[in-house]
Amino acid sequence: MKNFLLQKTIIKPLSGWVPINLKEIWDYRELLYFFIWREIKLRYKQTALGILWVIIQPFFLMVVFSLFFGRLTKLSSEGLPYPLFTYSALLPWMLFVEGVSRSVNFMLQETNLIKKVYFPRIIMPLAGVLSPLIDFLISFVIFLGLMFYFKFTPSFKIIIWLPLLVFFTLLTALASGLWFSAINVQYRDMRYVMPFIIQLWFFASPVVYSTNLLPSSWKIIYNLNPMVGIIEGFRWVLLGIESNYFCWDIWIAVVGIILISGLLFFRQMEKNFADIV
Amino acid sequence: MSEIAIKINNLGKLYYIGEFQPYKTLQESVIRFFNSIFKKSKDKFFKKDYIWALKDVSFEIEKAEVVGIIGRNGAGKSTLLKILSRITPPTEGYAEIYGKTASLLEIGTGFHSELTGRENIFFSAAVMGMKKKEIMHKFNQIVEFAEIGDFLDTPLKHYSSGMGTRLAFAIAAHLDSDILFVDEVLSVGDASFQKKCLGKIDDMARAGRTVLFVSHQMNQIRRLCQRCIWLEKGKIMAIGKTEEVASKYEASFSKLSSELEPREDLDYSPARFFKWEITSSKKEKPNVIDTFEPLEITFFLKVNRPLSYARHGIALYNSEGNLLWGTTTDRIKLDRGIHRLVYRLSTLPLKPGIYYWLVTLFEEHNLIDSWYCYPELLVATEPLACRWDEWAGFLNIPYEFKIHKIS
Repeated sequence: MKNFLLQKTIIKPLSGWVPINLKEIWDYRELLYFFIWREIKLRYKQTALGILWVIIQPFFLMVVFSLFFGRLTKLSSEGLPYPLFTYSALLPWMLFVEGVSRSVNFMLQETNLIKKVYFPRIIMPLAGVLSPLIDFLISFVIFLGLMFYFKFTPSFKIIIWLPLLVFFTLLTALASGLWFSAINVQYRDMRYVMPFIIQLWFFASPVVYSTNLLPSSWKIIYNLNPMVGIIEGFRWVLLGIESNYFCWDIWIAVVGIILISGLLFFRQMEKNFADIV
Repeated sequence: MSEIAIKINNLGKLYYIGEFQPYKTLQESVIRFFNSIFKKSKDKFFKKDYIWALKDVSFEIEKAEVVGIIGRNGAGKSTLLKILSRITPPTEGYAEIYGKTASLLEIGTGFHSELTGRENIFFSAAVMGMKKKEIMHKFNQIVEFAEIGDFLDTPLKHYSSGMGTRLAFAIAAHLDSDILFVDEVLSVGDASFQKKCLGKIDDMARAGRTVLFVSHQMNQIRRLCQRCIWLEKGKIMAIGKTEEVASKYEASFSKLSSELEPREDLDYSPARFFKWEITSSKKEKPNVIDTFEPLEITFFLKVNRPLSYARHGIALYNSEGNLLWGTTTDRIKLDRGIHRLVYRLSTLPLKPGIYYWLVTLFEEHNLIDSWYCYPELLVATEPLACRWDEWAGFLNIPYEFKIHKIS
């Protein structure tokens, strides 16, 4: 066998901006699968209730929100049962938050992998974002149960729009996850800042309240939060609530900018991960 | 014409040490600034923040070669493997690698104690570059090699450390690559399993794989590697045939420790050993044996008060601490003054490597002096056994072998 038949690797200093190697990521798709597979296996080992946690978490939040915001504060739920109203937003919100925090956690927990073996590091935030999909599916089944309980008939929009909206949620989670996880490698402060950011983000997103409560002059600023569009989209598809508070163009611009800059930033930080972690 | 597997040209890696910021505090930066002006110690000033873990490293490795990398801690061995494994980029220079690579820089990469043996095999193999199909295909071989049997579906946390190690190796041994980088990992595990792993590396080399192998255990290096690279403070000190490079490396090692530990306080106890040398040959290094000829070894003893009934012992240890030989001489009478204790040996046929003399002196049953002699004894003869057999045994006996056909 001659040399030119063998795969040739050139190792040289990486300076300046490093291009994103999509082919390489594709070549490592099996590893991505194994990362997700392991994450799901590990998630509920040594827990008494195991996979039940996937159901309990959002369900419990829904109950709490329904009691405090629905009953006590009497927040408007657009004429629908408040549990349905808030659960339809919790679905994408949990998917998003889990995705972001698992991306960050991967980089923290698997420092040894980063130091000892090569693979495109973007596999880690990708696995972090994709692995909560299982939880999402289970939560969604619960949602169908809720619909049945409240005798609410879903529209056929679900079939086309729901997968698309899930995809958009994943994109948003990946965009944020890339930024957070890359920063986190260098500045461990992120670990302490993250809970605050997530909490602020939660209240800046219409999970417990309706966008109709907001003055229309806030529209543009409010839409800078990409989760607004996602949640409005979910409510529209699942519950048929029309949103007049949502701008597609801003959503695309914001997520596009965060995602592309996040990819570039992550790629830039990636080469030195092994030296810093 | 032989094919090149790895070509490295002027590879260098700069590490920033200390804090992330070049200056920790304003105060410190001001002090350093003035220091740098008045003392003109610009070099020192920079050395504090940067370190070249590798510098100007160039070499070529041919296909199917097994090459050892030796050197003290911090010599840059692991950094070199990390760069070649693409874990960290070099600061300067470049490397060309022809073929698929696999790295074994750690034992049990990707293992998780909560996962079962089966689950760990799949993830660890995948993270080290195996495809799912390949893992399925080799799964039974891996389990068999690891000898974990019934524990396959038990979480790793219930494994003994030996079982975990075996499992990790089993996966590594089945990596399918053209080039394998192995960092110091074969030093764990029991002897028979180590032997099995070394055998596996041998097989790989014979099957045309290229192996780059870091180890502190010179017997492994001598056994496995045709060629050796000796790194020191990020630079190549020597590169060439294993026997030559390994002897040079070991010689340097002994010089260093002899400088470190001179025998002092000769007057403190009734008697004290203070020097030893090989007196049969007149050479620069009186602690190196490089022939199978008869030799004379002398130990110097300073006696501070007359000893009427002394006993003297001598023992020879190898670098792993195994006692190879020892003897005692009883009822010695010693006067005040300096004495030479001379041993004549018809030959000392030891495998090349580092050895230690231990000399002792007793009066009745009371220990007066015991000394692990510095410098160490170095044996730098040519290994006479077949290279593949160097794993077992301590001796390097000159021999002849003939086959006579009888009928």
